[in-house]
Amino acid sequence: MISNKNVSKVYKMGELELDVIKNLNLEIRYGEFIAIVGPSGSGKSTVLNLLGCLDKPTRGQILIDETDVTKLDTTALANFRGENIGFIFQSFNLIPVLSVYENIEYPLIMIQNLPQAQRHERIMKLLKEVDMLDQKEKFPDQLSGGQRQRVAIARALVTNPKIVFADEPTANLDTKTSNQIITLMRNIQKEFNTTFIFATHDEKIVTAADRIITLVDGEIIDDKRVQS
Amino acid sequence: MKNIIRISFRNLLRSGRRTLLTASLITIGVMFVLIYAALSGSFKAYMVSQVTDSMLGHIQIHKKGYIASVDNLPLDKNLNHKQIDMIKEYLDTNPYIQSYTFRLKLGAMFSNYTSSTSVRLNGIDPQNETKTLPLFSTRIKDEDVKSLKEGSIIVPELITKGMQVKTGDTIVLVATNQSGSVNGLNFKVTGNIEPISGPGGRDGYIHIKDVKKLLRIKGTEVSEVVIRLHDVKNLKKAMQLLEPLTKLTNKKDKPVFEIHTWEKLSPFYNIVKMLDLMDISIKIILISIVLISVLNVMVMSVYERIKEIGTIAAMGTTPSTITKLFLTEGLMLGIFGTVLGSILSYIIVFIINAVGISFSFGRQDDLILNPTLQSGEVLIVGIIVIIISLIASISPAMKAARLNPVDALRQN
Repeated sequence: MISNKNVSKVYKMGELELDVIKNLNLEIRYGEFIAIVGPSGSGKSTVLNLLGCLDKPTRGQILIDETDVTKLDTTALANFRGENIGFIFQSFNLIPVLSVYENIEYPLIMIQNLPQAQRHERIMKLLKEVDMLDQKEKFPDQLSGGQRQRVAIARALVTNPKIVFADEPTANLDTKTSNQIITLMRNIQKEFNTTFIFATHDEKIVTAADRIITLVDGEIIDDKRVQS
Repeated sequence: MKNIIRISFRNLLRSGRRTLLTASLITIGVMFVLIYAALSGSFKAYMVSQVTDSMLGHIQIHKKGYIASVDNLPLDKNLNHKQIDMIKEYLDTNPYIQSYTFRLKLGAMFSNYTSSTSVRLNGIDPQNETKTLPLFSTRIKDEDVKSLKEGSIIVPELITKGMQVKTGDTIVLVATNQSGSVNGLNFKVTGNIEPISGPGGRDGYIHIKDVKKLLRIKGTEVSEVVIRLHDVKNLKKAMQLLEPLTKLTNKKDKPVFEIHTWEKLSPFYNIVKMLDLMDISIKIILISIVLISVLNVMVMSVYERIKEIGTIAAMGTTPSTITKLFLTEGLMLGIFGTVLGSILSYIIVFIINAVGISFSFGRQDDLILNPTLQSGEVLIVGIIVIIISLIASISPAMKAARLNPVDALRQN
């Protein structure tokens, strides 16, 4: 369970202080499929960065499974992310020198240091899940946008994270591919009970979500659960 | 570590042309240093052996003050019987000494009956001289120095040409002894001796007994003791054992003997020092090449991959792993350049030896260089390059590791 208490983020721009997030209080249960929506500059990505342990709040506490992640140092935070969190990025962010298989394998060898047999089993299962089994030897520049995002999803899930953060995951995809990706993530959420938290403008994701949090000027103005 | 190496290797291949260019620069630098070291080492070894094995020996002992006035070949600074015995005691018990020989030197007039010139004469014991200076006989034409007989003279090439004397001619040597009495003796020219770098261009050789006759010396007297060591590497140890001799004093409480190594006696040692200095300078140039090229590549590498660094950091890659990734890249560039440079250097040195490069030094022509690559030198150069590659990678690697994932992910 993720719990935020009075989380604020202030950016200093010279003399100017910018309150990007103001007293954020949120509780997220595992297995939720959450869409954070709001206009540009409302603080969606900042919330994602804070909850994803990429950034530290100026004030407040972020508890993930009772661990106060705001108190962890850089290395401990990196280890925590490696064990508990997955990321899906708008522009996929695959490592260009690694093949599809190796991109998915990267977190398992560089972060979790899993034995080869276990790695292979997990990767093959996910490759099948994202329907990329026959593309596993290819390199990112040989794939379409949709295929790259499938690989990115597999990479985010391979460490069995409790939470996956996705910042505009469908922004670079066409409608058909977006629908396929959303369906894929929804299926994975149901199958593995993985928590997905999206920062998005995409109505298709909002429609698929079972909780929609609306942010305006760094404050939650609406937080509703919907029947998807 | 295997995976870090694999990923680093792939990253190097990502900018193949840049990597190749940097590795080539390192390779050329390593080759330049190693081939220079092999050539200068060969040149030094050749010249040092020429100087020590054909003229100076490794150590010389004289009466105190002799070297300061060596140009005059002073007869009043010869060692007497008692002093020679004292020296012999030390030499015979010194385990580093292979052999030694005595020389009685003087300045004389050389006449071919029509003209005359000055000559520096070395009275030698042929057996001990050739034992102590194994290359001495290679400098002499027409005469087997071992069988140098009384009444024979080996004339320096300078004089044979200048005075137009040849083997078989009879000449006259005229000398003044310590008490001022002048004496002249006939000698038969039995050979001529090639000059060598440094002093000795006008040095002729006669039997030590002939010097005694010419100077009318009745007892035992020598000008210098020339010493050969089993191994020149033990020069310092041998000198340490001879040090008590330098502390012996006469009735006036002044030192009796002076001992010099070949390094002090030969001007060629300054050339050796210059070559060593150039060796260091070339190594500094190599260090600069490696430092600048690796630093440049690594800075570019970090700059181009900021977003990627942000991605792997976001996934949970620790700063230390990111540091290792970049250090390994720099290290691999260094290792690749070193290995390739060393292999090519061995090949080039092999070719040089096969072709045979000759050089001239002073009046000596057609000296053949036999360069050899010392494994110690290859190892030192390799270690320097690898360490410098690592040092050059530290700053970019630290920069990569310190990148804030959020800021890095924002980069396009």
